[in-house]
Amino acid sequence: MNAALLPREFAEFEPWAATWCLARESERWAQRLRSSMEELQAFYDAVFPRAEEAIAYCDRFPLDSMPADAERLLQLLHSLLMVSYAVEVWKRPEVIHCGSARIDRILEPRP
Amino acid sequence: MARFQKPAEGTWTEHYPSLGTAPVSFEDSISPAFYELEREAIFKRAWLHVGRIEQLPRNGSYFTKELPGLRTAVIVSRDMQGRVRAFHNVCRHRGNKLLWEETPRDETCGNARQFVCKYHGWRYGLDGACTYVHQENQFFDLRKDELGLAPVHCDTWAGFIFVNLSREPRQTLRDYLGTMVGALEGYPFHRMTERYSFRSENNSNWKVFSDAFQEYYHVPPLHTHQLGPTPEAQNPEYEFEGAHYQLDGPHRMVTTSGTHKHNWPREHLYPAEALTRSGNTGPWDAPDLGEKLPGVNPSGIARWGIDNFQVFPNLEILIYERGWFVTYRYWPTSHNTHVFEADLHFVPARSARERLAHEYAALTFKEYGLQDVGTLDGTQMGLEQGAFRQFPLNDQEILVRHFHKTVGDWVDAYARVRAEKPAQ
Repeated sequence: MNAALLPREFAEFEPWAATWCLARESERWAQRLRSSMEELQAFYDAVFPRAEEAIAYCDRFPLDSMPADAERLLQLLHSLLMVSYAVEVWKRPEVIHCGSARIDRILEPRP
Repeated sequence: MARFQKPAEGTWTEHYPSLGTAPVSFEDSISPAFYELEREAIFKRAWLHVGRIEQLPRNGSYFTKELPGLRTAVIVSRDMQGRVRAFHNVCRHRGNKLLWEETPRDETCGNARQFVCKYHGWRYGLDGACTYVHQENQFFDLRKDELGLAPVHCDTWAGFIFVNLSREPRQTLRDYLGTMVGALEGYPFHRMTERYSFRSENNSNWKVFSDAFQEYYHVPPLHTHQLGPTPEAQNPEYEFEGAHYQLDGPHRMVTTSGTHKHNWPREHLYPAEALTRSGNTGPWDAPDLGEKLPGVNPSGIARWGIDNFQVFPNLEILIYERGWFVTYRYWPTSHNTHVFEADLHFVPARSARERLAHEYAALTFKEYGLQDVGTLDGTQMGLEQGAFRQFPLNDQEILVRHFHKTVGDWVDAYARVRAEKPAQ
């Protein structure tokens, strides 16, 4: 069995970790667009109910010196927000009425 | 009935009589010939915002900036005395682009004691002076002290760095910005150092894109989802009205007002909005910026939302009631293409919770911005079809009217000067 990527308290999120623990918005955006609506909904349904708890967990650590597993949990929460737009707003992976438009995020704070 | 007090004339547009109320031509957004004039008349004469002072944290810091429609690129640096300077990004020897990393087309930044050309190894101090010529004794009558980089006029205001490509700017930066924009001088921009940057290459004239972001009339129909998840909230018939409009020289602004999202009933919010306490007007939990915020909400509107300052020609500064700000820049690359740049600035997050609130605001900007980009490609196609020559603008679109008039005025003034002084 692979080593855990997330804090023990959030072991139930492990099946999502390899796909959604992504450090950059460009990676999370690409992952959303190549996922089916069923996959996005399943991830959202699994993580959203414990999202508040996960935020509180991450908040135990200073932002600039988080343990690696907590930082990955924060990345998973970033992905949850990315996916929330598909699930809550558009009901599909892509933005409605955006045609072939692209807006690239070229700079962002880390983590 | 008007939701907000309008000027004595009855409308914002008639308060500024030189604007008129007639339908407007957008020929200026589809004509290649006009674009060529615009490059000279506007972009080579106006002060252009190229970066923030935080991008030059130390003496020796530099960044490069592409100005593609101007076929120009600049180096902006802080020299060893701390002075901010700008130069054309070109080596004096054989004209190679001086500073770049992997590819000459991409911008770069860093820290340096000197600039070194990759091609033949010529070196320049941060003040632009040529300090080293490789195999200098092979040249003929070379005067190194006359071979510095080509300087570009550069000045800063409130931490915003501007350049001016004219030989001699007609106004100082401070005079150019005028009193309305200038009043923002003491706003704590310098505290909002956490930056999310975006770039988009769009198939529309730069003004077509800017037009969308200087009126809110389009928001209920185009961004219906932005209003909320419920059928009551998603009403494309919702009537928007700006609370205050103001013009000052070539610059213009609009103030919005409305119920703040953080006061909305939970059922009218998306679950992720409630989770992150954030959304399209930014994080709900505002940083403490002190009592007095100079220059914002100039007419003292109740339930102030956003101040949208349009700094001529291509800079927009959006100041949000929740204590963050956004800048947009529109760089023409042809008569029907442009590069759009957006920067979101926050007081740095101190916790994961704050980070996620900023992230959700940044996501929201992109999701709805993509709807604008997609639609405005369609506007450009529609305008180029030539089915109509004149377009009606309402009072909520006063800034669009003023913008196109100002562009026309600058181009006319340039054409007049050129007619009086024929080329040598």
